[in-house]
Order: sequence, then structure tokens, then C-alpha cells
Amino acid sequence: MKDFFFGKLTADALPHFWYTIGGTLFIIFMLIAMSIYLTKTHRWGWLWNDWLTSTDPKRIGTMYMIFASVMFFRGMLDAGMIWVQQAIASDSQGYLTADHFQQIFTSHGDIMVFFVTMGFFFGLMNWIVPLQIGARDLAFPFVNSLGLWLTIAGGILINLFFIIGGDFANTGWLALAPFSELQFNPSVGVDYLIWSLQLSGLGSLLAGINFLVTIIKKRAPGMTLMKMPLFTWNSLCAMVLIISAFPVLTAATLLLWLDRALGMHFFTTDFAGNQMMYWNLIWMWGHPEVYILVIPAFGMFSEIVTTFSQKKIPSYASMVWAAISITTLSYLVWLHHFYVMGAGPDVNSFFGMVTLVIAIPSGVMVFNWILTMYKGKINLASPMYWFIGFLILFMIGGMGGIFMASPPADFQVHNSLFLVAHFHTMIVGVALFGIFAGSTYWFPKIFGFKLNERLDKQAFWFWFVGFFVAFIPLYLLGFMGAPRRIDHYASSTGWQPLYITSLIGFILILCGVATQVYLVIESIMQRKNNLDPTGDPWNGRTLEWASHSPPPFYNFAVIPPITSYEPFWDLKKKGWQRDKNYKDIECFKNTGMGIYMVWQIIWLIAAGLIGVIACIIILSFDDEMEYELPAAEVAKIEKSYQRG
Amino acid sequence: MHAEAGELSEAHLISDTKIFGFWVYLMTDLVIFSALFACFIVLHGNTYGGPTAKELYYFPSVLAETLILLTSTFTCSLGMIAVHRQVKKWAIIWFFLTFLLGASFLYIEISEFIEFVGKGASWQRSAFLSSFFTLVGTHGLHITFGLLWMVVMMFRIALRPLGEHSVSRIFRMALFWHFLDFVWIFIFTVVYGIGYLL
Repeated sequence: MKDFFFGKLTADALPHFWYTIGGTLFIIFMLIAMSIYLTKTHRWGWLWNDWLTSTDPKRIGTMYMIFASVMFFRGMLDAGMIWVQQAIASDSQGYLTADHFQQIFTSHGDIMVFFVTMGFFFGLMNWIVPLQIGARDLAFPFVNSLGLWLTIAGGILINLFFIIGGDFANTGWLALAPFSELQFNPSVGVDYLIWSLQLSGLGSLLAGINFLVTIIKKRAPGMTLMKMPLFTWNSLCAMVLIISAFPVLTAATLLLWLDRALGMHFFTTDFAGNQMMYWNLIWMWGHPEVYILVIPAFGMFSEIVTTFSQKKIPSYASMVWAAISITTLSYLVWLHHFYVMGAGPDVNSFFGMVTLVIAIPSGVMVFNWILTMYKGKINLASPMYWFIGFLILFMIGGMGGIFMASPPADFQVHNSLFLVAHFHTMIVGVALFGIFAGSTYWFPKIFGFKLNERLDKQAFWFWFVGFFVAFIPLYLLGFMGAPRRIDHYASSTGWQPLYITSLIGFILILCGVATQVYLVIESIMQRKNNLDPTGDPWNGRTLEWASHSPPPFYNFAVIPPITSYEPFWDLKKKGWQRDKNYKDIECFKNTGMGIYMVWQIIWLIAAGLIGVIACIIILSFDDEMEYELPAAEVAKIEKSYQRG
Repeated sequence: MHAEAGELSEAHLISDTKIFGFWVYLMTDLVIFSALFACFIVLHGNTYGGPTAKELYYFPSVLAETLILLTSTFTCSLGMIAVHRQVKKWAIIWFFLTFLLGASFLYIEISEFIEFVGKGASWQRSAFLSSFFTLVGTHGLHITFGLLWMVVMMFRIALRPLGEHSVSRIFRMALFWHFLDFVWIFIFTVVYGIGYLL
């Protein structure tokens, strides 16, 4: 009976280590503080009606970004714990047990990839893509809300073990089999990971379908495919990748769960399971995923470099085709993550060559950006700092990538810290710098005032210098033979000085993060001095700058005519048009399923499933998801902008 | 979908977008199925001393399943034609027939599964059987959801006028049903056909 109600959840699982108790107390304290604040200011209704149940892409975009920021701090905390452990664990165990150390690097990877990077990109896309293509809304506003809440549920699930206990996976972010199988990993940690990825993967997939349909179907009249702004083009490519790659993640983690929960034998070491199937499946998703993280950033940088150089990109068509080539090629390189598997020289050389070919479209992009700046009227505003930092890091990371694309070279550095340094150069240097650049660039559009330029540049220098101090030692350690993911090492290796240098780099990066926190607070306090009344603070070229800052919920009163891929460079017109808005039906009840699945509590799964199906059926009888906004109302809103 | 009398109202455009979105969703589902197919193809010989495909399959019942599902696709299309012609009675009759065919397909499939497990060939026996049950079972699960959807749509036809929203929803349900039939053709060929021949 007890098994029926609670499954594997027992009192033993409740938090009892210092770190889980600390986490629990922190989360409970934050929840109480938030509740008191909301009750005192009578804001529960405001929170629920205006935000949580909203289907406005701008609200959803903001929620994505707030969520991603919160997860960013969690991921940075994990990173700091890893760095400190490795700096002190020479000839000693350091302050973490091996198992706890493993859980930390696992959650660091999953959080940074699924929730921080993808969260920020979806947030910015929600804001900017509809504006850039002159649409009033996404194709499926409700699905958008559902995607957000699935992602957040995944994020909660990845942190839930702090509260209801158990442990997190100690397998590395991809839960590679057979180590993640029940035989080697009987605790619930891997189940947390599986369902967290399932939920957020489903959320990303829904968002991917939504943005693809939006970009294909909802573009303003006159905007042909080759007149789309480059950020929209790159987003479209990333969405195509999400749509074709994320189902593979769903399938792979589902099969792993079937192994664990129903005793199947896909990836087990006995009963003729095949572990390499898992590696192939997960990287068939995983490599496109890497490009899902960087392609939107390429788009942002294309927008930024043209705006701040006051110059067109030299060859728009080549940028589009480069993005499409990268998208296509990224499907054909997954095996380069495990040359050491022993697929044979023929297979390895095929994948090695395709990997090298990716350097060509990447080079096309880099030269386009550099040539945009050449003879341009460059305005070195803070987004440009992030852009130039990105160019340098992208070059370094790319060279490392080309080096590792060759199987014989890869054999030497496989799973070493060289690899860790390489992909951090790409993810931090491209994706994260892209997020910082894009957030700074579009901040006035989103909130109506600029960020403090001076502080943003300071933050950049901390990040940029800190990055080199933190990661160049890791490149060196990789060549010296230091494997990734080790919790301690012998002092005779002579690695400790480099590990300590790397920690100093991390502290510099932390100073950058602190500066960014201060930057946001300071900019909000001083917003009166940095207001953007024109809607076009940077002398922008694409359509989003034709709207107000912040834009009204219908984006454009009249959609401007599209003449080129930089339509706003030509014209600004304002007027009035009939509008449409969507009312939400709250349906995120279904997200509780992950919690129940983790603990294998049968009756909760059944109730959850019935709840979801009931929600969908109720929803299927509701046709009145749209209402019409009367003309007078639009006129009134437009007027309020002129007053303000 | 044929637009009636060339009138493209806004609601019609919305449903058009929804149908396109649904197509994209179906393609993602297809990717999941292709991953499962890949697993089956890799693992189909990994019987670990347990029963092989040849020992387990009973071809007449698989053929019956296939014919039933193909017929249900036909009746589903007839139902869709009735919806376009705004004939509620025939729409419900054809969809009900489709439902019955789908349910009998599911009955045969589940009996087959029970029989396999009874013979000691459960999904825990070998990697081959894990991949068999997962691939065929995932299709069966889709059929179950399709049937549930069909029931909801039959109620909808009975209770609501066949306006743009209804037609769009029913059309998507029909798309889903045809898609499952399409996947089954591959299951028949790859899982049963190749397994039977090799």
C-alpha cells in the first residue's frame, strides 16, 4: 500500500546533506518572501492574470528571460563549486564527495544548455521575431504559453530534489548509457534528469513548431523569404533544427527510461542491448543542439554589426546560404563526438571531412561581419564590444574545433579538458556573448530605456579577460593529459597551478556577473535619464525599430510596407488597424506529470494523464480564443505613446 | 482542403495555419518513429537466445490488422467527404465505422501482445523484443489517442455546426489517422515483412 502511494519516495530521500538542506531552506525562504510581497501589494491577481496565464509573446518572452536568468545563477553556482573543488583537490578529496561532484557537473551542463541558453533565445525570439516580420502575434499563442510552462516545469524538476530529496543524476549531462542504466545507477537521479529533459524538450519542440509556422505563415505582406532580416533567418534555421532533432532526444531518453522503468534492454549490458545505439541517438540530437545554441547568436550579431557600422552586410544572400548550409551539415557530423567508439577509419574520415566542411560557411559569416565593419561608420556601443569579443573567441574556438575534427588529433584530446575548453569557448563566446549583446541591443525595445553603457562595457572586460584566464589553462591542461570531470588528482601531475589560475579567471567572470546585476539595477533606477521615446535608439535598420519602445501588444498599428530585408531603413509610418488578441486557457496542469513519473507513483501518473486529456478535450470545444480590438481603442493607445 | 466558394475569411486563414502547424507536428512524430525504426533495425537480430521474429509472428493476424487499418483510412476519407458536404449523419456513420475498425485493430494487436508475453516473449526477454514492443506499442498508443480524438470529434459533429473551426479540427484528426496508417505500412514492411523473411 505504501508502495502504491509513494513509489520509491521514502523518508530517506528527504534532504539530509548540507547542500540539499541549504538549497531547500533557500528555496522555501524565497517562496515565503515572494508570497509576503505579493500579498502586501495585492498582486496575486496581477501576477496570475497579466503574467502567468498570458499568451502575449512579449510577456512570455520576458518570463522566459527571467526564468533563464534565475537558472543562470544556479548554473554559475554549480560552475563555481566545480572550479573550487578542482583548484583544491590536489592529493586530497577537496570539499566534495566524488558522487556529489558528478551531480554538480551534470546539472551544470543540463541547466546551462536547456534552460539558460535556450531560455534566453526563446525569450528574445518571442520579443523580436514577430516584430521583425511585422506580425501581430505568433501563430499559436496558446502553444507558446504551454511551451514556456513545460520548460519551466523541466527547470523546476531539475531543482526539485533539493526539496523532496533523492539525488540528481551523476552521469554527465547526456546520461550516457550504460552508466545511466538501473544496474549502475539505481537511484532516482537519472529519472529526474530524463523527465526534466523530456519536459523541457517538449517545450522547446512546441516553441520550435510555433516559430517555424509563424515565420513561414505570418510574415507581413511583401516580405518574401529573401527579404527576411538575418536574425529571423537564423532563428528559422534553428527552429528547423529543433523540429528535426528534438524528437530524437525524446525517443532516446524515453528508451532509456523504458530500460529503467519497465526492464527493457535497449542499452543494457546484458540481454543483447546495444549501448552505442544510445550514443548515436543522443548525439544525433546533440550535435544539431549545439547549432541550435549558436545559430540564433549568429543572427543577432548580424543585426548588431550592420546597425553599429551603419552599413549593409556585404552579401546578404551568402549569409542566408551559410546559415542554411550550417543547418544541413550539422545533421551529418554527430559521430565526431565519439571517434574513439571504433567505427573504423572509413566512417571516421567521412564524419571528419563533413565536420571540416562546416568551417566554410562559418568562414563566410566571419568574413561578412568583418567586411561590414570595413569602411563602416562604426559606433562602438556596448553591443559592439560583445560582438568583437565574440569574433575573437569564435576564431579561437573554431580553430580548436577544426583541430579536433581530425580523428587522429581527436584521439589525443578526447574527453580531456581541451574539449571542455573548446566547447566553452563556443557556448560562452558565441551563445552567451550573443545573449548579452542581443539583450543589450534590444533592451530599449523591450523595456523602453537603455542600459548603462559604461557599466556594460566594464562587465564585458571582466567577462572577456576572465574568460581567457579561466579557459586558456584548460586548453593547456588538456594537452597535459588532464581528463574532464575529475574530482581530484595527484600533485605530481603539476596541474594545480593551472587549475588555480583557472579559478582566478572564474572569479573575474563572477565580477562580470556582479557588474551585470548592478548594471540592471542601476539602469532601472536611472531609467528616466535613458528613456527611448523614439522607439529607435540605435538608428536601426529592421522592422522592430519601427514600433514604439516598448511596443504595444499589437506591435504595429499599421504594418509598414516591406521593400527590402532592411525595411525600416527606408520608412516609418504609423496609423491604425483592426487587431486581434488571444485569451488564455490555463493548461499547465499537465506539467506535474514529470514529478509523478520521477517517483513512479502509479496513481499520480494515471490522475495526471486523465487531467491532461480532460484539459485537451475541454480546450477542443473552445473556439472563442480570439477577440477583436475596436479601432477607437487602438487610436487611444497610440495617442498615449505621443503623450508619454 | 477546399475553400468554399472562394471566400477566405480570417477564421479560415487561422485554421489553415493550424493545419500547417499540425503537419509540422506530424513530421516531428515521424522523426520519433524513425528513431524507433532505427533501433528495431539495429536490434532485430539481438534475441539473446530468446524467441526470434520467425518463431513469434503469426502472419494472417498481421495481414488482418493491415487490411483493417487500410479500410479504416478509406472510411475516414469518406467521413471527411461527408463533413465537407455538411452531411452530419453520414459523417458520424463513417467515423463510427472508422472507430470500430480502429478498435478491432487495437484488439488484435493487444491479443498478439498478450500471446507473446504468455509465450515468455515479453519486452524483458531480449533487446529485439524490447524494440519490437516499443515500436509497435508506440504506434498502438497513437491509435488509442486517435480513437479517443475520434470520439470527441463525433460528439462535436453531433453537437456543433460544421463551421470553419469544426472542419479544421476534424480535418486534422483525419490527417492524424492517415499518418498512423502510413506509419503502419512501414511497420508491416520492416517489422513484420523483413522479420518474417529473414
